[in-house]
Amino acid sequence: MAGLEHILREHAFFAACPEDQIALVAGCARNHRFDPGQYLFREGDPANEFFLIRHGKVALEIAAPAQSPIVISTLGEGEIVGASWLLPPYRWTSDARAVELVRAVGIDAACLRGKCEADHHLGYEMMKRFAPILVKRLNATRLQILNVYGKR
Amino acid sequence: MPLLTAAAQIDPFVPQLYKVAHVRRELSDVVTLEIKPSQGSRPSYAPGQFNMLYAFGIGEIAISISGDGTDSTGFVHTVRDVGAVSRAIAALDIGATLGVRGPFGTEWPVTAAEGSDILIIAGGLGLAPLRPAITHVLANRARYGRVAILFGCRHPEDILFHDQLAAWRGRLDIAVEVTVDHADSNWHGHVGVVPALIPRVSFSPHDTVALVCGPEIMMRFTANALRDAGVASNQIYLSMERNMKCAIGLCGHCQFGPTFVCKDGPVMRFDRIERLLTLREI
Repeated sequence: MAGLEHILREHAFFAACPEDQIALVAGCARNHRFDPGQYLFREGDPANEFFLIRHGKVALEIAAPAQSPIVISTLGEGEIVGASWLLPPYRWTSDARAVELVRAVGIDAACLRGKCEADHHLGYEMMKRFAPILVKRLNATRLQILNVYGKR
Repeated sequence: MPLLTAAAQIDPFVPQLYKVAHVRRELSDVVTLEIKPSQGSRPSYAPGQFNMLYAFGIGEIAISISGDGTDSTGFVHTVRDVGAVSRAIAALDIGATLGVRGPFGTEWPVTAAEGSDILIIAGGLGLAPLRPAITHVLANRARYGRVAILFGCRHPEDILFHDQLAAWRGRLDIAVEVTVDHADSNWHGHVGVVPALIPRVSFSPHDTVALVCGPEIMMRFTANALRDAGVASNQIYLSMERNMKCAIGLCGHCQFGPTFVCKDGPVMRFDRIERLLTLREI
Protein backbone atom coordinates (compact mmCIF):
# COMPACT_ATOMS: atom_id res chain seq x y z
CA MET A 1 0.00 0.00 0.00
CA ALA A 2 2.87 2.36 0.83
CA GLY A 3 4.19 1.79 -2.68
CA LEU A 4 0.86 2.73 -4.21
CA GLU A 5 0.61 5.79 -2.01
CA HIS A 6 4.01 6.87 -3.23
CA ILE A 7 3.01 6.30 -6.86
CA LEU A 8 -0.20 8.30 -6.41
CA ARG A 9 1.64 11.12 -4.69
CA GLU A 10 4.05 11.35 -7.63
CA HIS A 11 1.29 11.36 -10.26
CA ALA A 12 0.33 14.74 -11.72
CA PHE A 13 -3.35 14.16 -10.98
CA PHE A 14 -2.69 14.10 -7.23
CA ALA A 15 -0.26 17.03 -7.13
CA ALA A 16 -0.48 18.76 -3.72
CA CYS A 17 -3.23 16.41 -2.57
CA PRO A 18 -3.49 16.05 1.24
CA GLU A 19 -1.77 12.92 2.54
CA ASP A 20 -4.83 11.55 4.31
CA GLN A 21 -6.80 11.68 1.07
CA ILE A 22 -4.01 9.99 -0.87
CA ALA A 23 -4.11 7.21 1.72
CA LEU A 24 -7.87 6.85 1.25
CA VAL A 25 -7.56 6.64 -2.54
CA ALA A 26 -4.63 4.23 -2.29
CA GLY A 27 -6.97 1.85 -0.51
CA CYS A 28 -8.89 1.55 -3.78
CA ALA A 29 -5.84 1.33 -6.04
CA ARG A 30 -3.94 -1.44 -7.78
CA ASN A 31 -1.19 -1.62 -10.37
CA HIS A 32 -1.83 -2.53 -14.00
CA ARG A 33 0.26 -3.36 -17.01
CA PHE A 34 -1.25 -3.36 -20.50
CA ASP A 35 0.56 -4.71 -23.54
CA PRO A 36 0.31 -2.87 -26.87
CA GLY A 37 -3.11 -3.55 -28.39
CA GLN A 38 -4.65 -4.62 -25.10
CA TYR A 39 -7.84 -2.82 -24.08
CA LEU A 40 -8.16 -1.05 -20.76
CA PHE A 41 -11.91 -1.04 -21.25
CA ARG A 42 -14.56 -1.34 -23.96
CA GLU A 43 -17.50 0.88 -24.81
CA GLY A 44 -20.65 -0.17 -22.98
CA ASP A 45 -18.86 -2.11 -20.27
CA PRO A 46 -19.40 -1.10 -16.62
CA ALA A 47 -17.05 1.71 -15.61
CA ASN A 48 -15.70 -0.12 -12.61
CA GLU A 49 -12.26 1.41 -12.58
CA PHE A 50 -10.43 4.45 -13.92
CA PHE A 51 -6.73 4.71 -14.64
CA LEU A 52 -3.82 6.99 -13.92
CA ILE A 53 -1.22 6.51 -16.64
CA ARG A 54 2.34 6.18 -15.36
CA HIS A 55 4.01 5.24 -18.64
CA GLY A 56 2.88 4.72 -22.20
CA LYS A 57 0.10 5.92 -24.45
CA VAL A 58 -3.60 5.07 -24.51
CA ALA A 59 -5.95 5.72 -27.44
CA LEU A 60 -9.61 6.46 -26.82
CA GLU A 61 -11.50 4.98 -29.74
CA ILE A 62 -14.95 4.60 -31.19
CA ALA A 63 -15.51 1.39 -33.11
CA ALA A 64 -17.09 1.79 -36.52
CA PRO A 65 -18.47 -0.96 -38.74
CA ALA A 66 -16.33 -2.03 -41.70
CA GLN A 67 -13.49 0.35 -40.91
CA SER A 68 -10.67 0.81 -38.46
CA PRO A 69 -11.68 2.25 -35.11
CA ILE A 70 -11.67 6.06 -35.04
CA VAL A 71 -9.25 7.49 -32.49
CA ILE A 72 -10.76 10.40 -30.56
CA SER A 73 -7.66 11.28 -28.59
CA THR A 74 -4.55 9.83 -27.09
CA LEU A 75 -3.52 10.15 -23.47
CA GLY A 76 -0.11 9.75 -21.95
CA GLU A 77 1.98 9.80 -18.80
CA GLY A 78 0.50 11.88 -16.02
CA GLU A 79 -3.00 11.79 -17.46
CA ILE A 80 -6.26 10.14 -16.45
CA VAL A 81 -8.19 7.61 -18.51
CA GLY A 82 -11.91 7.43 -17.84
CA ALA A 83 -14.52 9.72 -16.36
CA SER A 84 -17.64 7.59 -16.83
CA TRP A 85 -17.17 6.10 -13.38
CA LEU A 86 -18.22 9.46 -11.93
CA LEU A 87 -21.80 9.57 -13.16
CA PRO A 88 -24.60 7.04 -13.62
CA PRO A 89 -25.09 4.77 -15.46
CA TYR A 90 -21.33 4.14 -14.92
CA ARG A 91 -20.68 2.69 -18.38
CA TRP A 92 -17.77 3.45 -20.70
CA THR A 93 -18.63 5.55 -23.74
CA SER A 94 -15.55 4.61 -25.76
CA ASP A 95 -12.86 1.96 -26.01
CA ALA A 96 -9.46 2.57 -24.45
CA ARG A 97 -6.57 0.73 -26.12
CA ALA A 98 -2.92 0.61 -25.13
CA VAL A 99 -0.97 1.96 -28.12
CA GLU A 100 2.28 0.92 -26.50
CA LEU A 101 3.23 -0.76 -23.25
CA VAL A 102 1.21 1.02 -20.57
CA ARG A 103 1.81 1.00 -16.87
CA ALA A 104 -1.07 2.47 -14.89
CA VAL A 105 -2.70 2.59 -11.52
CA GLY A 106 -6.34 1.56 -11.54
CA ILE A 107 -8.73 3.02 -8.99
CA ASP A 108 -11.73 0.88 -8.11
CA ALA A 109 -14.69 3.11 -8.90
CA ALA A 110 -17.24 1.65 -6.47
CA CYS A 111 -14.67 1.76 -3.69
CA LEU A 112 -13.80 5.41 -4.36
CA ARG A 113 -17.42 6.47 -4.85
CA GLY A 114 -18.22 4.90 -1.49
CA LYS A 115 -15.40 6.77 0.20
CA CYS A 116 -16.47 10.01 -1.46
CA GLU A 117 -20.02 9.53 -0.19
CA ALA A 118 -18.72 8.88 3.31
CA ASP A 119 -16.21 11.75 3.22
CA HIS A 120 -17.47 14.73 1.25
CA HIS A 121 -14.13 16.52 1.62
CA LEU A 122 -12.60 13.69 -0.38
CA GLY A 123 -15.49 13.80 -2.85
CA TYR A 124 -15.09 17.55 -3.33
CA GLU A 125 -11.35 17.14 -3.76
CA MET A 126 -11.90 14.51 -6.44
CA MET A 127 -14.43 16.75 -8.23
CA LYS A 128 -12.03 19.71 -8.11
CA ARG A 129 -9.38 17.55 -9.74
CA PHE A 130 -11.62 16.00 -12.37
CA ALA A 131 -13.62 19.08 -13.38
CA PRO A 132 -10.68 21.05 -14.92
CA ILE A 133 -9.64 17.98 -16.87
CA LEU A 134 -13.13 17.51 -18.23
CA VAL A 135 -13.41 21.20 -19.16
CA LYS A 136 -10.00 21.13 -20.85
CA ARG A 137 -11.00 18.06 -22.85
CA LEU A 138 -14.33 19.65 -23.78
CA ASN A 139 -12.51 22.72 -25.09
CA ALA A 140 -10.03 20.55 -26.97
CA THR A 141 -12.91 18.65 -28.54
CA ARG A 142 -14.48 21.92 -29.64
CA LEU A 143 -11.26 22.90 -31.38
CA GLN A 144 -10.97 19.42 -32.87
CA ILE A 145 -14.42 19.47 -34.45
CA LEU A 146 -13.92 22.97 -35.86
CA ASN A 147 -11.69 21.44 -38.51
CA VAL A 148 -9.50 24.55 -38.45
CA TYR A 149 -7.03 23.13 -40.95
CA GLY A 150 -9.64 22.74 -43.67
CA LYS A 151 -9.78 24.98 -46.74
CA ARG A 152 -11.84 28.14 -46.24
CA MET B 1 15.61 45.56 -67.72
CA PRO B 2 18.32 47.29 -65.66
CA LEU B 3 15.99 50.29 -65.47
CA LEU B 4 13.24 48.08 -64.03
CA THR B 5 15.61 46.64 -61.48
CA ALA B 6 16.80 50.06 -60.41
CA ALA B 7 13.24 51.29 -60.15
CA ALA B 8 12.20 48.32 -58.12
CA GLN B 9 14.92 48.98 -55.60
CA ILE B 10 13.32 52.25 -54.70
CA ASP B 11 9.71 51.39 -55.46
CA PRO B 12 8.24 48.62 -53.36
CA PHE B 13 5.27 48.41 -55.72
CA VAL B 14 7.38 47.17 -58.63
CA PRO B 15 7.75 43.39 -58.69
CA GLN B 16 11.06 41.77 -59.50
CA LEU B 17 11.12 38.93 -61.96
CA TYR B 18 11.90 35.49 -60.54
CA LYS B 19 12.01 32.09 -62.16
CA VAL B 20 10.92 28.82 -60.62
CA ALA B 21 14.02 26.70 -60.08
CA HIS B 22 12.53 23.74 -58.28
CA VAL B 23 9.09 22.44 -57.39
CA ARG B 24 8.39 19.95 -54.63
CA ARG B 25 4.93 18.60 -54.00
CA GLU B 26 4.45 18.44 -50.25
CA LEU B 27 0.79 17.42 -50.01
CA SER B 28 -1.99 16.92 -52.52
CA ASP B 29 -2.75 20.65 -52.45
CA VAL B 30 0.57 22.10 -51.24
CA VAL B 31 3.76 22.72 -53.17
CA THR B 32 7.08 24.27 -52.25
CA LEU B 33 8.67 26.48 -54.91
CA GLU B 34 12.29 27.52 -55.01
CA ILE B 35 12.50 30.71 -57.00
CA LYS B 36 15.56 32.63 -58.13
CA PRO B 37 15.86 36.20 -59.39
CA SER B 38 16.09 36.55 -63.16
CA GLN B 39 18.75 39.18 -62.57
CA GLY B 40 21.04 39.98 -59.67
CA SER B 41 20.75 38.50 -56.22
CA ARG B 42 17.81 38.20 -53.92
CA PRO B 43 17.48 40.58 -50.98
CA SER B 44 18.20 39.26 -47.51
CA TYR B 45 15.31 38.28 -45.28
CA ALA B 46 14.61 37.46 -41.67
CA PRO B 47 12.64 34.40 -40.43
CA GLY B 48 8.95 35.26 -40.35
CA GLN B 49 8.90 37.73 -43.24
CA PHE B 50 6.81 37.33 -46.38
CA ASN B 51 6.88 38.20 -50.06
CA MET B 52 4.11 39.29 -52.38
CA LEU B 53 4.03 36.73 -55.18
CA TYR B 54 2.49 37.87 -58.45
CA ALA B 55 0.98 35.43 -60.92
CA PHE B 56 0.89 37.48 -64.09
CA GLY B 57 -2.59 38.33 -65.26
CA ILE B 58 -4.21 36.76 -62.22
CA GLY B 59 -3.13 38.54 -59.08
CA GLU B 60 -0.83 38.87 -56.14
CA ILE B 61 -0.82 37.21 -52.72
CA ALA B 62 1.27 37.35 -49.58
CA ILE B 63 3.21 34.15 -48.91
CA SER B 64 5.63 33.66 -46.04
CA ILE B 65 9.18 32.64 -46.77
CA SER B 66 9.61 28.99 -45.83
CA GLY B 67 13.24 28.35 -46.77
CA ASP B 68 15.47 26.34 -44.54
CA GLY B 69 18.37 28.70 -45.13
CA THR B 70 20.44 26.32 -47.20
CA ASP B 71 20.06 28.31 -50.41
CA SER B 72 21.23 31.92 -50.39
CA THR B 73 20.48 32.58 -54.05
CA GLY B 74 16.69 32.46 -54.03
CA PHE B 75 13.53 32.29 -51.96
CA VAL B 76 11.53 29.26 -50.91
CA HIS B 77 7.76 29.53 -50.62
CA THR B 78 5.27 26.87 -49.62
CA VAL B 79 1.90 27.51 -51.25
CA ARG B 80 -1.45 25.90 -50.70
CA ASP B 81 -3.78 25.78 -53.66
CA VAL B 82 -6.79 27.47 -52.10
CA GLY B 83 -7.80 30.36 -54.38
CA ALA B 84 -7.32 31.66 -57.91
CA VAL B 85 -3.89 33.22 -57.34
CA SER B 86 -2.49 30.50 -55.10
CA ARG B 87 -3.77 27.89 -57.56
CA ALA B 88 -1.92 29.63 -60.40
CA ILE B 89 1.27 29.91 -58.35
CA ALA B 90 1.06 26.34 -57.12
CA ALA B 91 0.71 25.20 -60.72
CA LEU B 92 3.91 26.91 -61.93
CA ASP B 93 6.48 24.63 -63.52
CA ILE B 94 10.24 24.86 -63.43
CA GLY B 95 11.36 27.80 -65.56
CA ALA B 96 8.09 29.72 -65.20
CA THR B 97 8.32 33.41 -64.34
CA LEU B 98 6.54 35.20 -61.52
CA GLY B 99 6.79 38.61 -59.90
CA VAL B 100 8.09 39.11 -56.38
CA ARG B 101 7.87 42.10 -54.07
CA GLY B 102 9.51 41.93 -50.70
CA PRO B 103 10.54 40.75 -48.23
CA PHE B 104 8.14 42.60 -45.97
CA GLY B 105 6.99 42.50 -42.37
CA THR B 106 8.24 41.72 -38.93
CA GLU B 107 10.32 38.72 -37.93
CA TRP B 108 10.31 35.97 -35.35
CA PRO B 109 12.33 37.14 -32.31
CA VAL B 110 14.98 34.46 -32.66
CA THR B 111 17.81 36.76 -31.57
CA ALA B 112 15.95 38.25 -28.62
CA ALA B 113 15.05 34.73 -27.51
CA GLU B 114 18.66 33.62 -27.14
CA GLY B 115 19.27 32.22 -23.69
CA SER B 116 15.65 31.19 -23.23
CA ASP B 117 13.75 27.98 -23.82
CA ILE B 118 11.91 28.02 -27.13
CA LEU B 119 8.54 26.48 -27.93
CA ILE B 120 7.74 26.42 -31.63
CA ILE B 121 4.11 25.52 -32.19
CA ALA B 122 2.67 25.07 -35.66
CA GLY B 123 -0.67 24.04 -37.03
CA GLY B 124 -1.08 22.79 -40.59
CA LEU B 125 0.58 25.01 -43.15
CA GLY B 126 1.72 27.22 -40.25
CA LEU B 127 4.85 25.12 -40.11
CA ALA B 128 6.06 26.80 -43.32
CA PRO B 129 6.53 30.34 -41.93
CA LEU B 130 8.19 28.81 -38.87
CA ARG B 131 10.72 26.72 -40.79
CA PRO B 132 13.22 29.59 -41.21
CA ALA B 133 13.03 30.21 -37.45
CA ILE B 134 13.51 26.52 -36.70
CA THR B 135 16.48 26.38 -39.02
CA HIS B 136 18.00 29.42 -37.37
CA VAL B 137 17.52 28.02 -33.88
CA LEU B 138 18.96 24.64 -34.79
CA ALA B 139 21.93 26.24 -36.56
CA ASN B 140 22.64 28.19 -33.38
CA ARG B 141 21.47 25.52 -30.96
CA ALA B 142 23.97 26.36 -28.20
CA ARG B 143 22.49 29.84 -27.81
CA TYR B 144 19.13 28.52 -26.60
CA GLY B 145 17.84 26.57 -23.65
CA ARG B 146 15.43 23.73 -24.25
CA VAL B 147 13.85 23.66 -27.70
CA ALA B 148 10.57 21.97 -28.54
CA ILE B 149 8.66 21.80 -31.80
CA LEU B 150 4.96 20.94 -31.52
CA PHE B 151 3.07 20.33 -34.72
CA GLY B 152 -0.58 19.56 -35.33
CA CYS B 153 -2.62 18.93 -38.44
CA ARG B 154 -5.86 17.29 -39.49
CA HIS B 155 -4.85 13.80 -40.60
CA PRO B 156 -1.57 11.85 -40.66
CA GLU B 157 -1.44 12.30 -44.45
CA ASP B 158 -1.48 16.10 -43.96
CA ILE B 159 1.83 16.25 -42.12
CA LEU B 160 3.87 18.98 -43.79
CA PHE B 161 7.66 18.60 -44.23
CA HIS B 162 7.33 15.02 -43.05
CA ASP B 163 10.95 14.06 -43.71
CA GLN B 164 12.28 17.19 -42.07
CA LEU B 165 10.12 16.69 -38.99
CA ALA B 166 11.47 13.15 -38.77
CA ALA B 167 15.04 14.46 -39.07
CA TRP B 168 14.44 17.06 -36.36
CA ARG B 169 12.91 14.39 -34.17
CA GLY B 170 16.05 12.33 -34.66
CA ARG B 171 18.18 14.99 -33.02
CA LEU B 172 18.91 14.39 -29.38
CA ASP B 173 18.91 18.05 -28.37
CA ILE B 174 15.31 19.04 -29.16
CA ALA B 175 11.85 17.65 -28.51
CA VAL B 176 9.48 17.15 -31.43
CA GLU B 177 5.87 16.12 -30.93
CA VAL B 178 3.28 15.66 -33.67
CA THR B 179 -0.45 15.28 -33.20
CA VAL B 180 -3.38 14.94 -35.57
CA ASP B 181 -7.02 15.87 -35.04
CA HIS B 182 -8.38 12.72 -36.65
CA ALA B 183 -6.92 9.28 -37.20
CA ASP B 184 -7.77 5.63 -37.25
CA SER B 185 -6.04 2.97 -35.23
CA ASN B 186 -3.27 2.56 -37.81
CA TRP B 187 -1.77 5.85 -36.59
CA HIS B 188 0.46 5.33 -33.57
CA GLY B 189 1.17 8.97 -32.77
CA HIS B 190 -0.80 11.48 -30.73
CA VAL B 191 -4.42 12.26 -31.52
CA GLY B 192 -5.79 15.54 -30.23
CA VAL B 193 -5.29 19.24 -30.67
CA VAL B 194 -1.88 20.85 -30.65
CA PRO B 195 -2.36 22.83 -27.39
CA ALA B 196 -2.72 19.46 -25.63
CA LEU B 197 0.93 18.77 -26.45
CA ILE B 198 2.17 21.70 -24.38
CA PRO B 199 2.16 19.85 -21.02
CA ARG B 200 4.07 16.97 -22.65
CA VAL B 201 7.30 18.89 -23.17
CA SER B 202 9.69 20.35 -20.63
CA PHE B 203 10.30 24.08 -20.47
CA SER B 204 10.65 26.82 -17.88
CA PRO B 205 7.46 28.87 -18.23
CA HIS B 206 9.06 32.01 -16.85
CA ASP B 207 11.94 31.84 -19.29
CA THR B 208 10.31 30.64 -22.48
CA VAL B 209 9.61 32.32 -25.78
CA ALA B 210 6.80 30.74 -27.81
CA LEU B 211 6.47 31.13 -31.57
CA VAL B 212 3.05 30.12 -32.84
CA CYS B 213 1.71 29.90 -36.38
CA GLY B 214 -1.41 28.31 -37.78
CA PRO B 215 -5.11 29.02 -38.25
CA GLU B 216 -6.15 31.93 -36.07
CA ILE B 217 -8.47 29.85 -33.87
CA MET B 218 -5.70 27.34 -33.27
CA MET B 219 -3.32 30.18 -32.32
CA ARG B 220 -5.88 31.63 -29.90
CA PHE B 221 -6.39 28.30 -28.15
CA THR B 222 -2.64 27.70 -28.11
CA ALA B 223 -1.82 31.13 -26.69
CA ASN B 224 -4.38 30.59 -23.93
CA ALA B 225 -2.93 27.16 -23.17
CA LEU B 226 0.56 28.64 -23.04
CA ARG B 227 -0.63 31.27 -20.61
CA ASP B 228 -2.32 28.59 -18.51
CA ALA B 229 1.05 26.85 -18.44
CA GLY B 230 2.67 30.00 -17.05
CA VAL B 231 4.16 31.61 -20.16
CA ALA B 232 3.71 35.39 -20.06
CA SER B 233 1.64 36.95 -22.85
CA ASN B 234 4.56 39.16 -23.86
CA GLN B 235 6.66 36.06 -24.52
CA ILE B 236 4.16 34.59 -26.99
CA TYR B 237 4.40 35.55 -30.67
CA LEU B 238 1.80 34.79 -33.33
CA SER B 239 2.06 35.09 -37.10
CA MET B 240 -1.12 36.81 -38.24
CA GLU B 241 -2.77 36.54 -41.61
CA ARG B 242 -4.99 39.10 -43.28
CA ASN B 243 -5.76 40.11 -46.84
CA MET B 244 -2.62 42.03 -47.78
CA LYS B 245 -2.42 44.19 -50.88
CA CYS B 246 0.22 46.93 -50.77
CA ALA B 247 2.33 45.16 -48.12
CA ILE B 248 3.78 48.44 -46.83
CA GLY B 249 0.99 49.78 -44.64
CA LEU B 250 -0.61 52.19 -47.09
CA CYS B 251 -3.78 50.66 -48.47
CA GLY B 252 -5.42 49.45 -45.27
CA HIS B 253 -6.64 46.11 -46.62
CA CYS B 254 -4.92 44.23 -43.81
CA GLN B 255 -5.91 46.61 -41.05
CA PHE B 256 -6.24 44.80 -37.75
CA GLY B 257 -7.54 47.26 -35.17
CA PRO B 258 -4.92 50.00 -34.87
CA THR B 259 -2.32 47.93 -36.70
CA PHE B 260 -1.56 46.80 -40.22
CA VAL B 261 -0.62 43.15 -40.42
CA CYS B 262 1.69 43.75 -43.40
CA LYS B 263 3.74 46.41 -41.62
CA ASP B 264 3.27 45.75 -37.90
CA GLY B 265 3.13 41.99 -38.51
CA PRO B 266 2.84 39.31 -39.58
CA VAL B 267 4.69 38.35 -36.39
CA MET B 268 2.94 40.07 -33.51
CA ARG B 269 3.24 39.82 -29.75
CA PHE B 270 0.21 38.20 -28.15
CA ASP B 271 -0.22 40.78 -25.39
CA ARG B 272 -0.50 43.52 -28.02
CA ILE B 273 -3.26 41.85 -30.03
CA GLU B 274 -4.99 39.62 -27.52
CA ARG B 275 -8.00 41.91 -27.18
CA LEU B 276 -8.33 42.20 -30.96
CA LEU B 277 -8.42 38.44 -31.47
CA THR B 278 -11.85 38.15 -29.90
CA LEU B 279 -13.41 41.26 -31.45
CA ARG B 280 -16.06 40.16 -33.95
CA GLU B 281 -15.93 43.44 -35.86
CA ILE B 282 -12.29 43.04 -36.92
